[in-house]
Amino acid sequence: MRELSYMEALREAMRQAMEKDDRVFLIGEDIGVYGGAFGVSAGLLDEFGPKRIIDTPISEAGIAGACIGAAVTGMRPIGEMQFSDFVVIAMEQLVMQGAKMRFMFGGKAEVPFVMRLAGGSGTGAAAQHSESLENWFVHVPGLKVVMPSSPYDAKGLLLAAIEDNNPIMFFEHKVLYKTKGPVPEEMYTIPLGQSHVVREGKDLTVIATSIMVSRSLEAAEQLSKEGIEVEIIDPRTLKPLDEKPIVESVIKTGKAMIVHEAVKTGGFGGELTAVIMESEAFGYLDAPVKRLAGLDTPIPYNRNLEYHAVPQVENIVEEARKLVKGQY
Amino acid sequence: MPTSSKKEKLIDGVIPESKAHDLLYKMVLTRAFEENAEEMYGLGKVHGTMHLSIGEEGVAAGAGPALRNSDYLLNTHRGHGHFLMWGGDLNRMMAEFMGKEAGYCRGRGGSMHIADVESNNLGAQGIVAGNLPISVGVGLSIQMRKTDQVVLTLFGDGAANEGAFHESLNMASIWNLPVIYLCENNQYAMSMPFERAFRVEQVSERASAYGIKGLTVDGNDVTAVYKAVSEAAEQARKGDGPTLIEAITYRWKGHSKSDRQLYRTREEVKKWMEKDPIKRFAAKLGVDEAGMKDIEKKAKEEIRKAVEFAESSPEPDVNTILEGIYA
Repeated sequence: MRELSYMEALREAMRQAMEKDDRVFLIGEDIGVYGGAFGVSAGLLDEFGPKRIIDTPISEAGIAGACIGAAVTGMRPIGEMQFSDFVVIAMEQLVMQGAKMRFMFGGKAEVPFVMRLAGGSGTGAAAQHSESLENWFVHVPGLKVVMPSSPYDAKGLLLAAIEDNNPIMFFEHKVLYKTKGPVPEEMYTIPLGQSHVVREGKDLTVIATSIMVSRSLEAAEQLSKEGIEVEIIDPRTLKPLDEKPIVESVIKTGKAMIVHEAVKTGGFGGELTAVIMESEAFGYLDAPVKRLAGLDTPIPYNRNLEYHAVPQVENIVEEARKLVKGQY
Repeated sequence: MPTSSKKEKLIDGVIPESKAHDLLYKMVLTRAFEENAEEMYGLGKVHGTMHLSIGEEGVAAGAGPALRNSDYLLNTHRGHGHFLMWGGDLNRMMAEFMGKEAGYCRGRGGSMHIADVESNNLGAQGIVAGNLPISVGVGLSIQMRKTDQVVLTLFGDGAANEGAFHESLNMASIWNLPVIYLCENNQYAMSMPFERAFRVEQVSERASAYGIKGLTVDGNDVTAVYKAVSEAAEQARKGDGPTLIEAITYRWKGHSKSDRQLYRTREEVKKWMEKDPIKRFAAKLGVDEAGMKDIEKKAKEEIRKAVEFAESSPEPDVNTILEGIYA
């Protein structure tokens, strides 16, 4: 199959959605001539023109409001937060307005929009341009939260998100933008709320999100040489969460480790841990559930400090090994 | 501006006479609704809080009715009058106020979030200035769908000091969006007086910062508001962009139920009560005291029936608590 980068897969999804449906448009900062800060929307302005690829002033609340207002009156906007960190300026609109509108109006409104957010560390962008804030939105009824980890998932999940009739927070990872993988040319969707067993194994279940999926895969290959077979599950959508494959896997392996980049305290790992503990998998656990996550620190600028602030392949290898060997 | 088929007399040259009488009635109905709301609250028949617009009915009467059914409304927390003027059904409104299943929002929204998407009424608002960025999206949507609709965005003087005000007015102005920004300046953002919160004399002066038209009108004069909104709508429909209208008015009652009104004097309130928008509009229409008594009686009777309807309506079933969150 043809290979595309994660970024190209996202762009192709947007292009195909806009070709298919006049109601779809893109709105954000520097998405037109500039092509987006990371180049995700490069070329789309030439294809669709400034009425559908809308460059905005630096107005994050305005971008979110534009998506909400257009969505509730029949359009299907895709908004972009240039860096996911900037979403803090749009929180009121997303959390108080977009997420609650349908509910407050007695289930009589639809607010179908996708907010794309470029998140994650690893680019030296320091504390205000590197955060992983996805779990804030998991806590908000009315929103869905999506986190693709591969080019294939990026396209299929974005197309599913655009077709969905709810407000969706779509967290992309800056470091993944240039990674390549097989992506079908035709339009396809990956249903929201479908966990993916990325790798099968019998010794340990690793539940990883976003960039931690590829790091976990790399770790699993190393561990395999030691005779440790890791099963890796990518939830792909944090909300709604497809719990079944996670629970089934933990029943099979008896051990669970959660790997995410966001800081550990208050992160999605706590939620996943509780899901496991409240399920029938509890009785099958032969070790405590392990959370391997970002340290409780803002992302440092220094390259070495930045590297050590979030889980890396060697950390996953080490922690997985300890867990399997009963050293916890 | 809506036109009437016959050569009907126009009040102040803008509102057809029969329509004006209908608006007068709805102003009286709004006040009766709110007086009743306050009473029911006192009796413990409703809970939560409410924001009364008594004294500000002139703005509501002149705003929504100057537009078409196909236009959009983004309302405020103090929006009972605007809701009724937009064509809201009193029974379903009362039911919502009382948290009943038959209410506009199935009892989930209440006074502060009442909406009727079917009639393009996109809801009251619990966050000061929360509706301002949304109006950008509604305006964009109108422009993309190439209709001649407009969106009426209501907010108070307090909202004009939120960051969202700036983002919204700027975006609407650079894109010539068909938005009518109508600021109900009722002199206080809760307890904060206008004079202490603004260096400018008028909110409308801020229009110049966005290169759009701004004007201040007497919000207790129905025809002045109606005229300003009609003209702003006409301009917006032509593709000539947004207008910032400031309507000067005054809230007779406290901000909400917690308000002990320590920030203003009784004399000040009395002075404004003499500028009662209802009395002024009645005088303009030549409705005398006896005529007003009849109207008030009719409104109170309609309120009584709506209360009866709402009280006899079922509560939402607890088993439906998770409905309406996701589409």
